[in-house]
Amino acid sequence: MPEKKAVLTDADRRLLAALQKGFSPVPEPFRELAAQVGMTEEALIARLRELKEMGVIRRLGAIIDSRKIGYTGTLCALAVPPKRIPEVAEVINSYPEVTHNYVREHETYNVWFTILAPSHERINQILREIREKTGINQFLNLPARRIFKIRVNFDLEGSHDRAGAAPDPGAGE
Amino acid sequence: MTEQEQRLILELGNNFPLTSRPFREIGKRVGMSEEAVIAKVKEYLEKGIIRRLSAALRQQHVGFTANAMVVWQVPPERVEEVGRKLASFPEVTHCYERLPTPEWPYNLYTMIHRPRREECWEIVRRLSEAVGIKDFLVLFSTQELKRSNPQYFTERGEGSE
Repeated sequence: MPEKKAVLTDADRRLLAALQKGFSPVPEPFRELAAQVGMTEEALIARLRELKEMGVIRRLGAIIDSRKIGYTGTLCALAVPPKRIPEVAEVINSYPEVTHNYVREHETYNVWFTILAPSHERINQILREIREKTGINQFLNLPARRIFKIRVNFDLEGSHDRAGAAPDPGAGE
Repeated sequence: MTEQEQRLILELGNNFPLTSRPFREIGKRVGMSEEAVIAKVKEYLEKGIIRRLSAALRQQHVGFTANAMVVWQVPPERVEEVGRKLASFPEVTHCYERLPTPEWPYNLYTMIHRPRREECWEIVRRLSEAVGIKDFLVLFSTQELKRSNPQYFTERGEGSE
């Protein structure tokens, strides 16, 4: 089923902005959030469910720092002949450890993906297998050396208040 | 980390219930009381294991369709300063240092998400001026091939979306 672009109301934007700023570890976190945006708890939970179903909310809950629980990640690029992208993407995407994969505009390195795994050995094994299965040997493996910032907070209300920015968990490599 | 803690983190991260008492519900699933779950969450927040309780939005749905990865070639002695400076811009959502390779000399990576490409370019120009670095590439994404949640503590995590 093709994904439809969601139509967000002003109330949705307020709700999503508040959600991005985070909720508290209290027994009724959504009641607290509802009070902030002037909704009832029941209406807020119902709307969150819909927004999740619509795909507007990709994930809700605890944003885990993968490094702190022993995971390690890397960014990789592969030089794929454009015609082979679908087939090569299928190989890359078959690994649950691959969390993101994008086609990017570059004359050589056009497929960029992140791997998140419990060990460097597992990452190297996945890269070896991808090379073997696709026959593509021109690749980059670029593990992060230092993180200066991880934060994705979409400015939904046109304000520039980013004090409570939410990091993008998908990028936790 | 005990098996129960692993399950707790998995439930908190990938399976958070949209109900009135989510921590009680999670406690039921992993065999802990609501109070114990909340205490653990507080502990994880303090230790930084949980960055926050929040949500990740699908950027296309909220109008941020242009996704630019900007890679910068920065003299090694300036990486710290330039990395901090680039990270300080609110438009920069991610800023990482990565080791360069002989064929790929770029060592700082920043992400910019905007509704339109021209806006990304405008930001890149400002960043470049602010740090005085002219050696950079802007790699726009043209297709999302995969975007899934990390699968922690699973042998071969079945459920990638």
